[in-house]
Amino acid sequence: MNKSELIDALSKKEDLTEKQAADIVGLMFKSFSNQLKSGGRIEIRGFGSFVVRDYDAYTGRNPKTGGTIQVAPKRLPFFKVGKELKERVNAGR
Amino acid sequence: MTKADIIRDVHEKIGVSKSDAARFVESVLDIIKDTLAGGEDVKISGFGKLSIREKTARRGRNPQTGQEIEISSRKVLTFKSSQVLKKALNS
Repeated sequence: MNKSELIDALSKKEDLTEKQAADIVGLMFKSFSNQLKSGGRIEIRGFGSFVVRDYDAYTGRNPKTGGTIQVAPKRLPFFKVGKELKERVNAGR
Repeated sequence: MTKADIIRDVHEKIGVSKSDAARFVESVLDIIKDTLAGGEDVKISGFGKLSIREKTARRGRNPQTGQEIEISSRKVLTFKSSQVLKKALNS
């Protein structure tokens, strides 16, 4: 499922126009991104949480050529799945 | 940021009632959860992708007691950041 399919599903489920559904979905993920950009965390009960993690620089290897490469330090979002969703995914329902 | 903050955001910026905002946010989360529970990935352009990974069974060890245990096969959920979000976090 991609963003437009999610928008579609929301508009059908809640009887919204495509535009309204697109605005809601767009705003939600925009808020998530902004929150992570400011270094904050997102915590949604039953779903999971997103935090930003700092990764140190390291010497990596190109698996194709075997040559070493320097990987610069970086920040990446990390998702920890919530209990309810974790159980549902594992049970497949 | 919690669900309450997201609901307030939707209420204030989209201009729907608080109770409608709560219902819509809940619906979006439910649709995503149902899709993932059904084994399908969810990809949100500009944000990232949530996907299901099958883990095979392996032998593990309880680090506290040193006892060997069997870790059964299971499905886990992983998140991969989109390039857009990754760039925004590192600029």
